Amino acid sequence: MQKNDHDIWQILESVHDPEIPVLSVVDLGVVRSVAQNETGLEIKITPTYSGCPAMDTIALDIKSALEQVGYKMVKVSLILQPAWTTDWLSEAGKQKLLAYGIAPPVEPLTSTKALFGAEPIVSCPQCSSQHTIMLSRFGSTACKALYRCEECLEPFDYFKCLR
Amino acid sequence: MFVANRYPEEVNAALSDFLLRMADTSLVLGHRLSEWCGHGPILEQDIAMSNLALDLIGQARNWYQLAATQLGQGQSEDDLAYLRDAGQYRNLLLVEVPNGDFGQTVLRQFFFDAYHYHYLQALTESGDENVANIAIKSLKEATYHLKWSSEWVIRLGDGIEESHRRMENALRELWEFTGELTTPNATDQLLAVMGLTPDLSLIRPLWEQQVQAVLAEATLEIPNRAWMQKGGKNGIHTEHLGFLLAEMQFLQRAYPNCEW
Repeated sequence: MQKNDHDIWQILESVHDPEIPVLSVVDLGVVRSVAQNETGLEIKITPTYSGCPAMDTIALDIKSALEQVGYKMVKVSLILQPAWTTDWLSEAGKQKLLAYGIAPPVEPLTSTKALFGAEPIVSCPQCSSQHTIMLSRFGSTACKALYRCEECLEPFDYFKCLR
Repeated sequence: MFVANRYPEEVNAALSDFLLRMADTSLVLGHRLSEWCGHGPILEQDIAMSNLALDLIGQARNWYQLAATQLGQGQSEDDLAYLRDAGQYRNLLLVEVPNGDFGQTVLRQFFFDAYHYHYLQALTESGDENVANIAIKSLKEATYHLKWSSEWVIRLGDGIEESHRRMENALRELWEFTGELTTPNATDQLLAVMGLTPDLSLIRPLWEQQVQAVLAEATLEIPNRAWMQKGGKNGIHTEHLGFLLAEMQFLQRAYPNCEW
């Protein structure tokens, strides 16, 4: 069976990131290309971080989503170049993160508090206050840092800006 | 993921040796950091060290895959990680030094990150595009690691009396392992001539600058000792590596080809 590329991208929209299930793999920007030929279908994906433990699951989920709609020969391959950046996170993806309670990546700004260059001003996903502090550079997954809002006092995850 | 580039035999042997060094160094440091999992001084930093380990082990996988590709002997990344003995490991000595206390782990990480950051930056311009691609990916992570470890060196060094004393101890313990980072061996010399890896004498001043700036901020003095350990790059290790590998490789050694 042959579908056009647009349909394939739509199917990929239904495959979710196992660690942040509110995002599809397309929102996350890890699907780099879709190619069809006589022998089958090849999907190229790229890891967010070198050690991202979700990549194997993502590859398997993509394969099974496409096989379910009738594709027989689905190959999912990993590429490193060009390296993933948070600029590839879709606008829709950023809105979904915010609604889910994770602050989306923001442009780093030079702040007088910063010891080492530019740090971002992250808004609280609950109350939108910019009065927030970083609790830890690392959070529950490789792509996040831990923050706290000084207004509403809620701790929250921040999706780190990576370029 | 990689297609091997063809080089004269001698160059390919040196390149493979370098790739194993990159892989072994990241894996051994990743393993050391993972030893902290569940034992960190506070939950956030326990998680931080596990995240550092995850990035490093991910980078090690990329280097091992490329090493296996260039070696072309049908080995897998797992064969290279789990079935070589200490004498075959090419990691830098610094990363096999035991964790010690949190201060020692932080300082070891900082010395490594300061080197790793500048070295990877230079490797992004390697004449081998596979090497450059792994370096580009790893550099983004190393940049972040360097921020974390620099902040902690400063916080502990310029902290309270107890934390300062512990950082001084860590400095005494670790300093002699830092020379090897930027001291070339025969592999480095050959690959630098070929334009595949940077000239380490250009990395040394960058490392020194970074270390001096952060240690000064941390109110720590650089030890006045010139003598340095070496050997890791050539497979001559401290006694610590054997114990580390005995634990890390246990499953594959006891149950060959066992799969999860």
